[in-house]
Amino acid sequence: MPSATAVSTPTTPTDPPAPGTPVLGRTRRPRVLWALSSAVAALLALPLLYLVAQSASTGRAHLVHLVFRSFTFALVWNTIRLSVAVTVACAIIGTAAAWLIERTDLPGRRIWAVVVVVPLAIPDFVVGFGWVSVAPAVHGFLGALLVMSLALYPLVYLPVAASFRGADPGQEEVARSLGLGRLATFRRVTLAQARPALVGGCVLVSLALFAEYGAFEILRYQTLTTEIFFESQRSYDLPVASSLSLILVVLSLAVLGGDAAVRNRGRVTRSARATRAGSLHRLGLATVPASLALLALVVLALGVPIGVIGYWLVEPGTTTLPAATTLVDAALTTAGYAAGAGLLATALALPVALLAARHPRRSTRTLERSTFIVQAIPGLIIALALVYFSVHAVRPLYESTPLLVLGYGILFFPLALVAVRTSVAQAPLALEEVARSLGRPPLVVWWRVVLPLIGPGLAAAFSLVFLSTVTELTLTLVLVPTGVQTLATQFWAFSSDLSYGAAAPYAAVMIAIAVVPSYVLGRWFDRLPTRSNPTVPGSGS
Amino acid sequence: MALLALTTVLAAACADPSGGATTTITLYNGQHAQTTDALVAAFEKESGVYVAVRSDSEDVLANQIITEGPSSPADVIYTENSPALETLQAKGLLAPVPATTLAAVPSQYNSPKGDWVGVSARVSVLVYNTTQLTPSQLPRSVMDLALPRWKGRLAIAQGETDMQPVVASIARTHGDAATTRWLQAIKANAGDNLYPNNEAVTAQVNSGQAAIGIINSYYWYRERAQVGPSHLHSAIATFAPGSAGTVIGVSGAGVLASSTHKAAARAFVAFMVSRQGQQIIAHSDSFEYPLGSGVTTAQPILPFSTLRPAPLTVAELGTGATAIALLQKANLA
Repeated sequence: MPSATAVSTPTTPTDPPAPGTPVLGRTRRPRVLWALSSAVAALLALPLLYLVAQSASTGRAHLVHLVFRSFTFALVWNTIRLSVAVTVACAIIGTAAAWLIERTDLPGRRIWAVVVVVPLAIPDFVVGFGWVSVAPAVHGFLGALLVMSLALYPLVYLPVAASFRGADPGQEEVARSLGLGRLATFRRVTLAQARPALVGGCVLVSLALFAEYGAFEILRYQTLTTEIFFESQRSYDLPVASSLSLILVVLSLAVLGGDAAVRNRGRVTRSARATRAGSLHRLGLATVPASLALLALVVLALGVPIGVIGYWLVEPGTTTLPAATTLVDAALTTAGYAAGAGLLATALALPVALLAARHPRRSTRTLERSTFIVQAIPGLIIALALVYFSVHAVRPLYESTPLLVLGYGILFFPLALVAVRTSVAQAPLALEEVARSLGRPPLVVWWRVVLPLIGPGLAAAFSLVFLSTVTELTLTLVLVPTGVQTLATQFWAFSSDLSYGAAAPYAAVMIAIAVVPSYVLGRWFDRLPTRSNPTVPGSGS
Repeated sequence: MALLALTTVLAAACADPSGGATTTITLYNGQHAQTTDALVAAFEKESGVYVAVRSDSEDVLANQIITEGPSSPADVIYTENSPALETLQAKGLLAPVPATTLAAVPSQYNSPKGDWVGVSARVSVLVYNTTQLTPSQLPRSVMDLALPRWKGRLAIAQGETDMQPVVASIARTHGDAATTRWLQAIKANAGDNLYPNNEAVTAQVNSGQAAIGIINSYYWYRERAQVGPSHLHSAIATFAPGSAGTVIGVSGAGVLASSTHKAAARAFVAFMVSRQGQQIIAHSDSFEYPLGSGVTTAQPILPFSTLRPAPLTVAELGTGATAIALLQKANLA
């Protein structure tokens, strides 16, 4: 869509700035942002450093023997083809759902908005187990494509929805009034506005697939990561597991290179703060098929796992395993960790997103992209890397709550970054500059101007990380304080004992507490001034 | 007598200089939580030592200890299989277990070097779907699972730690070349029925998705307890006496070389193999066989004394490296 810029405002930030563009913000050297962002990037490079050190710690012949064999190439191919297919599916599902929910008069939009993100809150084990029990035919490539698309589309949905929410409605109206058709307007304006979010979501999905383990194990689909788990867990061969992980890193560099190639084409900025909601598209007769499509999506994505949990709840088998915690304690602990992780990851993402968006140079973009690599590294390897560094550098913090939350912050940083940078990229720099030029102190400018503009992105970031933390198991088991149980660890304890009846309530509560942030955020967005008066043209008002 | 020995060890534990008022030891637990919880509760009551339990799969825990090195917070590690302990022992991360503790268990179930003690045993068996197969149709030898008649009917968990003893045992009896051919044949026979763990193999055979599979026996007892008699469509059977398929796997425990509470840690390990500890294992529904202090289990179907296992020793299984190399050669890993 190279023509997207044709109808967008001409504030495309290039380097050097185009003549006539406000330059106030960009002429100041962003020392503080650089320092903060570099610190964040260094933190996120720790797992990579660990991989390199581990790979270098063993003989080359051993590595060559186990890494460069035909089996590895078959696994790389398995990883790539699934990643491409699932990413395309998630892009379509996530964007379509976001448009229906944010930009049309679809009935029950707020409820849909909560429900469609719930798949993120269902542990991959439950999803995989559910499908395998209900439909044993679901396995291999097609099974993995189906299950992973239904599990990961919220990674596209959330940033794209946030982007639609913050988009300048005037641009669509202008395009329509200039005679552009509905479809062309959608493609050249609506989608162009959401492009950074869409591309970011796709990067998240493809990298998440590189690192996925639990679902593939159950779906019997072998990827590089399933082999990495085998090497580290059965052979205790961390050097080989690390070398295989470095292949994932190389693949992720290719993905990030692709991201660089497409993301900076046709950047779109809002010309002004949208002080009103865009008019919602009337679906008319399309309301029924649109609702049915969303219903089908939700039934497929949630029906199977929730059905399995329901079955376990109704037909509880016997267990002699005493619970090491109570539902309430586990829920509070989990919610606390998830909130901490959400806040930390969002806070870490903010300087990186601001630096890359406000000072777009090769160096800042490279720094920003480097922070995505962590998403492609299997959780177990990240956990072991953190064990290594914390035991050597901050021994008193080892297996403590702060370190666990830091671990989540690192693990889920890319999710937060995509959401934050979407809003930062949309926020017009001009407003901030005007406020500054009027003599407002920087903090006031931040509070009154910048924060409301990037609020939806920050909230989406928090929400994404919160949901992902609730179900995280691998890193949790390794870094959680000894004796503390989360919903996921207690669920794991029961389910690995085949006590599914006892495990089910923990899975149910995971889903329940995941609904909370989605609902609260949805209400909050509705009360924002930008959305206080959603208007439907011709609706009689 | 054993009780007296235990009391002596406990007295030593309470005198642990680093302990203070109450000694706390940290247990890295890779065993099923029931067994561990029952053992820990009884030990705490008996000794006054508090045991902080950290549970994860045995292989993650072993990797965690390897990564932690000398700074490990763990005092004791308890695993489901011996290769994890042999790996830690080979890296010098375990401290010797006192001879009195080792003596409670027949020596073939302990580390030959003496850095860990066997606590309970599990045995590999056939699990089969009772609506699809009758006992007379079952193979007598594990090698027969490579025959074409099992195509599409066999389920295996090739990546499980529990698979390694079986592969190592076949290699010991039939040689590496025959084992590789066998692995390739069962991979073809299993087709899509390659599962991540024994739980899945058991469940899929019980549901009829597969007709037959190789598991450790206690997974079937757990499945039976979980689904109840009305939904039980499977049974277990052994291979021919002394043949390669029947392998005893040992679950054991060791004290970390880096432990700062070695006396209390050793007291806990001694308790695990004491009469009281072994009784707990015999009566818990972990469905494993107690190994020490002469305690036997009342598991009805396959009494330990009637098993005629393959001659594979703990030392021959070692870290499992031989079995893993064979699995890798057959592209099953």
